Amino acid sequence: MLLQAIAFYVFAFVVMASAAMVVVSRNPVYSVLFLILAFFNAAALMLLIGAEFIAMILIIVYVGAVAVLFLFVVMMLDINVTRLREGFLKYLPVGALIGIVLFCEIMLGLGVFGSGTATLGELGKAAPQVVAITNTRAIGQVLYTQYFYLFQVAGLVLLVAMIGAIVLTLRRRPGVRRQRISEQLYRPKEQAITVVKVPTGGGVS
Amino acid sequence: MASLDRTARAFLLTELVTGFMLTLKYMFKPKVTVNYPHEKGPLSPRFRGEHALRRYPNGEERCIACKLCEAICPAQAITIEAEPRDDGSRRTTRYDIDMTKCIYCGFCQEACPVDAIVEGPNFEFTTETREELMYDKQKLLANGDQWESLIAANLQRDAAYR
Amino acid sequence: MWADLYHFFTTYWLGQAIVILAECLLVTVPLLVAVAYMTYVDRKVWASIQLRRGPNVVGPFGLWQPFADGLKLLLKETIVPSSANQVLFLIAPMITFMTALIAWAVIPFGDGLVISDINVGILYLFAISSLGVYGIIVAGWASNSKYAFLGALRSAAQMVSYEVSIGFVLITVLLCVGSLNLTQVVIAQSGWFWNWFWLPLLPMFVIFFISALAETNRTPFDLPMSEAELVQGFQTEYSSMPFALFFLGEYANMILLSAMGSVLFLGGWMSPIPYPPFTWIPGLIWFCLKIALLLFVFSWTKGTLPRYRYDQLMRLGWKVFLPVSLGWVVITAAVLQLGGWVPKSF
Repeated sequence: MLLQAIAFYVFAFVVMASAAMVVVSRNPVYSVLFLILAFFNAAALMLLIGAEFIAMILIIVYVGAVAVLFLFVVMMLDINVTRLREGFLKYLPVGALIGIVLFCEIMLGLGVFGSGTATLGELGKAAPQVVAITNTRAIGQVLYTQYFYLFQVAGLVLLVAMIGAIVLTLRRRPGVRRQRISEQLYRPKEQAITVVKVPTGGGVS
Repeated sequence: MASLDRTARAFLLTELVTGFMLTLKYMFKPKVTVNYPHEKGPLSPRFRGEHALRRYPNGEERCIACKLCEAICPAQAITIEAEPRDDGSRRTTRYDIDMTKCIYCGFCQEACPVDAIVEGPNFEFTTETREELMYDKQKLLANGDQWESLIAANLQRDAAYR
Repeated sequence: MWADLYHFFTTYWLGQAIVILAECLLVTVPLLVAVAYMTYVDRKVWASIQLRRGPNVVGPFGLWQPFADGLKLLLKETIVPSSANQVLFLIAPMITFMTALIAWAVIPFGDGLVISDINVGILYLFAISSLGVYGIIVAGWASNSKYAFLGALRSAAQMVSYEVSIGFVLITVLLCVGSLNLTQVVIAQSGWFWNWFWLPLLPMFVIFFISALAETNRTPFDLPMSEAELVQGFQTEYSSMPFALFFLGEYANMILLSAMGSVLFLGGWMSPIPYPPFTWIPGLIWFCLKIALLLFVFSWTKGTLPRYRYDQLMRLGWKVFLPVSLGWVVITAAVLQLGGWVPKSF
């Protein structure tokens, strides 16, 4: 138990520290790398409460795919840090306001979650009744029964977003010569090459 | 039908499989490379390798300091200084070849009237420092002593064509 | 006396820590030796395909060659380019090396022979294998060299693309097993060797292997480090020990993906013929033989195929493998459902 407590505080501290560093560090590449560190430790926290499925999915999706693309984009940016700092004081009040509102909302949410057994009961209704199953199956059972339609709708939203992104970026340029690989593959050997026996000293005519 | 055949072949990756089979077959063929440090390829008697200064059978050095090699050397790698020896014969006091400059053209060998400077059959004379490649007379004579039998044999085999 | 020792190693945290450490060493050290000899086998296989001899001077049959190479790299000077980001430049090879090693924690070497038998073993492997790309990207960025950077960008795009098809391949296997636990995956394949998943899921096995080549940056997908155009890509600026770490990590990753392939498709530690005398041979040896077979195919591929062009690589990943693997997931699910072969644990 003591070991778990120590592990929890270490992971939690690293999450907080690296999250702070994401905001503070001057170099955007450092920010993304600290973000990855934060994801990692968040996954470790998930593992500590026994939600190994969520932890792994967090790493696969966020660290393995999303953060790679972030890094991809951020590495290619040419950011002038001093120019970014210029408007800092001007936007400080607005930023602070948004921050405070978000903080209050989170606190409110946590307060509702913590207080009152009724809400907890509501939440608990969704949970599967059997205790001795892995949380992968627990999530699957909830996701594909009670929240099936919501799950499908979420999928549709993502699909629409994906198609939208493709439509926005797809451009047909005239006069582009494309490689038609299937045609190339379907060309038989006889059309492509001829094998000639060259006599010594005779050459090819 | 033919297109169906080609589609089926494309899906079954037949081209990849034939390629892999070919390399697998080659894996068991006899090797063509020479196992170099242990076996070596044949060398022509005209092979132009490391330089050597030869001696006559009685031990007298052949070089008479005519400086023809120095004159013809296109890379100007050869430096010769000469003085009469105590017995009055003309000999070199200094005979240096900068092997880092040398282009192994063999002109020195052809210019030499007494077959003193020759390019021997040795091609394995790598060194760890650059300085070791500045050959002096002593080193060249030592080379001559070491490779004399091979050099003489090569010269004899090639004599008919000169 | 023995009871005391057993008690110490199973209950006290110090004893448990010692046991875990010993287990890690027991996996890591043979793994590193395997990596060393993988380089040797690689060179021998390419050499014989090209009718050459390969390393044969250092020791009998050149068997000490990998150690000579390792020693050479150790003794060389570590050069950090002056315009490089020094910290990240040195961290990058460590990331590659670490991610290649930590994945081995969940690989079952035999029945119960596994360091950590977690419920989500496959997901863990998938997660770790997707992390290897960070070493490469960070190396490319920190080197502050255009070749390295181009290599890193290529690698990032390539890894993200091919992970998708690997994901679907894993899902097909999961559908047939009904568990995310790697030991369960192997047990689900027990029986004759045609019961292993490579035959029923042959297209998936091929896609898995090709994607594994892409994940490990091996020919024909070695664009991130193509010698001809990018002068070793992200490794351009590396020398000495950091380079050696990259090299070790890369080969450890190859061995890891081969192990993954043999667990998922070649029945892990199972013997191909489930009767004596074949079952007398320990499972560990069968497992190693299967890994060795896959690794041989890795080298064989490198000796056979030329390098893809970048747009062809992307086309293969997104336009061929993604639809095929997605379709095969649906087909497998339908066949399992209609045929009544859905695994019991569902």
